[in-house]
Amino acid sequence: MSVRVQSEDFDIGREIAAVMTGNTDIGAVVTFTGVVRGAAGDAAITSMTLEHYPGMTESELEQVEAEAHKRWPLHATRIVHRVGMLMPGDNIVLVVAASAHRHAAFEAAAFLMDYLKTRAPFWKKETDLSGTGHWVDARESDDEALEKWKK
Amino acid sequence: MTITLRYFAWIRERIGRSEETLDVPAEVATVADLVGWLTAKGPEYAAAFERAHVIRAAIDHTHVQRDARLAGAREVAFFPPVTGG
Repeated sequence: MSVRVQSEDFDIGREIAAVMTGNTDIGAVVTFTGVVRGAAGDAAITSMTLEHYPGMTESELEQVEAEAHKRWPLHATRIVHRVGMLMPGDNIVLVVAASAHRHAAFEAAAFLMDYLKTRAPFWKKETDLSGTGHWVDARESDDEALEKWKK
Repeated sequence: MTITLRYFAWIRERIGRSEETLDVPAEVATVADLVGWLTAKGPEYAAAFERAHVIRAAIDHTHVQRDARLAGAREVAFFPPVTGG
């Protein structure tokens, strides 16, 4: 299990390799990568700035990860989330879930993303072409995505 | 009681600071009481908390509801619904 919050980019291949090292029981690795879109609806954006709550962020991500390990037989998971100023096309978040079989890995990766989107204290601010910043509103669809995981 | 307050995103911008340590009167017992007490402190707080129903709170890094009690809290944070991922 591993969570990281960082301003630097991540290398997906390197993260997968780190998960696989010394673990020949793994038969399935699922990754999800979130990327900055170049537009918010119809309006182009020039950058996105991510703010977070140091300390609470790591604690929430670790709890989400621990919950995934309780629910599925996972060999390894990894969450990397970037903060600071990002440009369209830049990576934002990486989730890796590794298991013996694909179903657990697919489901755990989706679960990790749905949970972190509604619980981990990150906030996005988009800057438009005029230089004006807009805080991104939370989506109701994210809360609905969480409902399907309720036991 | 002395509590460190942390503000994030547009709440931080409206209040004009990211954190402060305040001496909170004993009758301010819950998170809801604290929102009310801060709102009365000045126009920047009133502006920050005008959409109070959407604002989320955490006590010592744990999400809490409005009726959560402040007793023993070291740090209380206020922030909008999260938008990471």
